[in-house]
Amino acid sequence: MISLAHYLVLGTALFCISVAGIFINRKNVIVLLMAIELMLLAVNVNFIGFSRFLGAIDGQVFVFFILTVAAAESAIGLAILVVLFRNRSTINVAELDDMKG
Amino acid sequence: MIFANPDLDLILPELVLLGGTLLMLMVDLFARQNGRWLTHALALLVLAATAGMVLAQGMTLTGTAWNGAYERDVLSAVLKLAICLVSALCLIYSRSYLADRNLWAGEFYLLVLFAVLGMSILVSAGNLIIIYLGLELMALSTYALVALHRDNRRASEAAVKYFVLGALASGMLLYGMSMIFGATGSLDISTIAATYGANETTNSLMAFGTAFIVVGLAFKLGAAPFHMWLPDVYQGAPTAVTTFIGSAPKLAAFGMAWRLLEGALGGLSESWTDMLSLLAVASLAIGNLAAIMQTNLKRMLAYSTISHVGFLLLGLIQGTPDGYAAALFYAICYALMSAGAFGVILWLARQGFEAEDIDDLKGLNQRAPWAAFVMLLFMASLAGIPPLVGFFGKLMVLKAVIEAGRLWLAIAAVVFAVIGAFYYLRVIKAMYFDKPEGADAMPAKDRGLSIALSANGLAQLGLGLYWGPLIAWCLRAFS
Repeated sequence: MISLAHYLVLGTALFCISVAGIFINRKNVIVLLMAIELMLLAVNVNFIGFSRFLGAIDGQVFVFFILTVAAAESAIGLAILVVLFRNRSTINVAELDDMKG
Repeated sequence: MIFANPDLDLILPELVLLGGTLLMLMVDLFARQNGRWLTHALALLVLAATAGMVLAQGMTLTGTAWNGAYERDVLSAVLKLAICLVSALCLIYSRSYLADRNLWAGEFYLLVLFAVLGMSILVSAGNLIIIYLGLELMALSTYALVALHRDNRRASEAAVKYFVLGALASGMLLYGMSMIFGATGSLDISTIAATYGANETTNSLMAFGTAFIVVGLAFKLGAAPFHMWLPDVYQGAPTAVTTFIGSAPKLAAFGMAWRLLEGALGGLSESWTDMLSLLAVASLAIGNLAAIMQTNLKRMLAYSTISHVGFLLLGLIQGTPDGYAAALFYAICYALMSAGAFGVILWLARQGFEAEDIDDLKGLNQRAPWAAFVMLLFMASLAGIPPLVGFFGKLMVLKAVIEAGRLWLAIAAVVFAVIGAFYYLRVIKAMYFDKPEGADAMPAKDRGLSIALSANGLAQLGLGLYWGPLIAWCLRAFS
């Protein structure tokens, strides 16, 4: 039997992987976008788990909104990525260091 | 659930804003390339109509719509008026800068108005879903705005940094919201506040969620140690966009922080006050100390923003109506000052010249005494020198801090404010006492900009001498 704890552990694990992905990754901006998507999905797992076990439908409604916003967010993220590649011919995170101080 | 009354009358300001924005989009589509004046005028008209609608509803109108998802109260009315005013100022300041750089297009106005719509929804949210949607509408519009200058290396770097860290902040906030939903079984702010304290297990779950919400808010506000993105974004974005994202969104972020922390999590104030005091002291220290070392004016103002966020948080942590009113007063004054200070940079910039180094301002008083005087007013107000309004903002916050019995916080705030005065005075020294070095920044000949900027500068003085009505409305928002 899958309990609430299983959902929460899965959600937490995904969340930790995505945060680690954002901070450890020094190579590629696309990996950052993937990590952001993973983070939103981790939250969705939490919401669905809670919603199922508390018997409150609100959480599942929230999940639909998060999915929709995540789609808009990745559209804007990829558009910014295209602009970045055009200007610099690279998407290496470590080379994004024009501004310092 | 009953959908008997669609409650459209309460959300009239948002409907006017949305309808006007869509109308502007259509008009802009058919306008000729040299017909952007029409878009400009229409955008200002839409903002004025939105503010007018808030006033027509009555400042003191209170009520909720859609089963508590939307709240209309004095706080939301005050914040909406301030957001419309500051955004309109930003549009007026930006016109000639954008025209010089071939960026004077409908997209700018469209994204600004959608961001304003997001902020307006955010400050009226009564439900976690609405908070999230308002926040994202604002954030997605501002990410695109930062990347508006498509051929600029720095702007695209700034946009990527802003996007990634902004999305991370939203993720943190959402994770916290999911924990709070798990503890209370509701997304409604008033139900969450009422459910708190039911039993020990859910209380610890809520405290866990609160920590994530505070981190998410700190990212969005730009409080240290979550401020990494702020200097790069302010410096890299086109100055017209920096003017906008540095002013109005701070008001919306204040509204969101209040709705989440006091509205939903008021019962846990003990756990978030300590976190916020640490953030406030760190922001004051890092913001003021790092700003001293900057030579780029935009970057210096970015660090100064971090220190002002520290002051804003000091007002929030008291958990008293006086403290909140002081923070609201501070946020409104700060938005005006910040828009004005960046506005002066826009005024001095011209084609191929950004006027963004402090050295560019050297000897400004000899070339353009009035521009130098207006900048003097903004710098002195940001530094908190009486009788300008920045001083009274700081005074209100410090008074609330001392009344709440946190003397050490007040002392730390004063010490860092004095350190902070140094870098504002350095700008004043460059304008009045230094010899010009090659650069010859001159104010642009744009009558709308000069009038609006001068009015904002004199308002710093006027509000400093006559601050009674504004602080009275700030107090009413929380009583």
